[in-house]
Amino acid sequence: MLTYVANRLLATIPVMGMVAVIVFAILRLTPGDPAAIIAGDAATAEQLEQIRRHMGLDKPIYIQFVLWLGQLLRGDLGVSLISGVPVAGMIADRIGPSLALATSTIVFTVIIALPLGVIAAWQQGTLLDRVVMAFSVFGFSVPIFVTGYLLIFFFSIGLGWFPVQGYKPLAAGFWPFYQRLILPTLALSTIYVALIARITRTSILEVMGEDYIRTARAKGVKESAVLIQHALRNAAVPIATIIGIGMAMLISGVVVTESVFNLPGLGRLVVEAVLARDYPVIQGLILLFSFIYILINLAVDILYTVFDPRIRY
Amino acid sequence: MPTPLNHTPKEMTREEPFELPLPGEATAHISGFSAFGHFKRTLKRGPAFMALLMLGAIVFVALCAPFLGTTDPIAIDPGQRLMLPTAEHWLGTDAYGRDVYSRVVYGSRISLMVGLGAALMSVAVGLLIGVIAGYVRLADAIVMRVMDGVMAIPSILLAIALVSLSGASLLTVLVAITIPEIPRVVRLVRGVILTVRSEPYVEAAISLGTRLPTLLLRHMVPNTVAPLVVQGTYIFASAILTEAILSFLGAGLPPENSSWGNIMAEGRMYYQLMPGLILYPGIFLSLTVLGVNVLGDAMRDALDPRMARKL
Repeated sequence: MLTYVANRLLATIPVMGMVAVIVFAILRLTPGDPAAIIAGDAATAEQLEQIRRHMGLDKPIYIQFVLWLGQLLRGDLGVSLISGVPVAGMIADRIGPSLALATSTIVFTVIIALPLGVIAAWQQGTLLDRVVMAFSVFGFSVPIFVTGYLLIFFFSIGLGWFPVQGYKPLAAGFWPFYQRLILPTLALSTIYVALIARITRTSILEVMGEDYIRTARAKGVKESAVLIQHALRNAAVPIATIIGIGMAMLISGVVVTESVFNLPGLGRLVVEAVLARDYPVIQGLILLFSFIYILINLAVDILYTVFDPRIRY
Repeated sequence: MPTPLNHTPKEMTREEPFELPLPGEATAHISGFSAFGHFKRTLKRGPAFMALLMLGAIVFVALCAPFLGTTDPIAIDPGQRLMLPTAEHWLGTDAYGRDVYSRVVYGSRISLMVGLGAALMSVAVGLLIGVIAGYVRLADAIVMRVMDGVMAIPSILLAIALVSLSGASLLTVLVAITIPEIPRVVRLVRGVILTVRSEPYVEAAISLGTRLPTLLLRHMVPNTVAPLVVQGTYIFASAILTEAILSFLGAGLPPENSSWGNIMAEGRMYYQLMPGLILYPGIFLSLTVLGVNVLGDAMRDALDPRMARKL
């Protein structure tokens, strides 16, 4: 088991390295001189030369990459072009709302999507099943910002139940904090609930035909226990896989949701950095999000053994 | 070597029994029968037919945009800013006095163009890379590691970075949307090529001395066409969404393009005053993506009936 975890950890290194190469290449290989982009239109030739030397752009490209990678490994993501603040510090300042939104969404999604999927599978072919499936197709197609604004129109402006936009840290009290997270959570989880409910249903249907389900029913196990202990338990591996793969969607969704609801998290930071063309910040955030995605999928891989003890390594 | 993204535990392969049809992803299934006959039959019934009708209507709107009572979608009229619907402006006007109805109608052109362009480009590039990876062992390892790397970067972020670096234009936005879609096409094509390589008819063709181009083009690539049509359909939907998200975030098409995302982006400031600026393009966008996704699901099920029974 330990060897397995170690091996899997080692196997993420090439992927992370490849991500670093791609992120580096995007900045260096796209048309345009990075120094000119950074210096702005008014820069003189001497200023450009100075910036180039300062950034190490006068060195061969592979040396630039090694130097940059060295900085990365020391946890140095560079400095914002606009504010001069270290990127790592900016991320630390802004990670709170994003983390709160993501956690709240995952918890909500699992609480809603698993029962929906199980019930749809149990009632396969009935109206209930069709409604759940229709929701899952629909939820997968409506963009987050449309859902988000519909929620704002209905619950905030129409009914006045929630503040329209904004964020309060947990330190301001739990209700003020959570009140501002409910609508963003609903908006972001729609697509995620759709995805996971559908996969849960499929995976449950897959195992429902197995012999041990028939045996469990034959020996008089309650239907709810058959579904949860026998079927859901055995469907856990594909469901966990999808939760991991869906993280990419969740990360993209966080960027959009934070813009709709004006949450000052990492997603807003991405958009601000893009509009200000603050390249070190964009680079740092892409690296961060990709590494989170890789680590979560690594965790899912390792969790397989917990869900399904038949898997031995 | 396993990677976190396509790793499979020992004792079980990805294909059996844990292969699952992911929403928005085609399966690399090779059927012995004519896939397109099946496509045709599927399209004549049920949700797929409704989806086809809906998409037909949207294509009609896009093609006939100038004849549907529209005015110039970018004609600015400062005297008529943020007006509620009138006889002249059916859906009102935006902050620059432009006719919202015309903008939404013309927006369908841009969205369909972006969807079609991204689908064609990613399928073409992905097919080429996939065939190389599937046929040339040496290239396989390198290509697939690069694809793993691209797939590990959340697609919206990758697209945002590409657009912000190379400047917003229709072409850069299209390329930025296409690149994150390529790895999935490559994996699909590679999977099909690897499977058909060991088919008796391919081995027979090789032993008969068939030249490589003929072998690839006549005996192997045709097997990828049906799954690629399905995957292309999903890319079409996903590209339309991505374009709208990019424009909404301000990292998309230049503002003079009246794409649905741009209309919503400009509507953000006035959404309390004029909810229609977000709702109307939002409805069109959702219906288009819904239609394309339903169509994709139906075709995937027709192509892979074993998988469809599970759904």
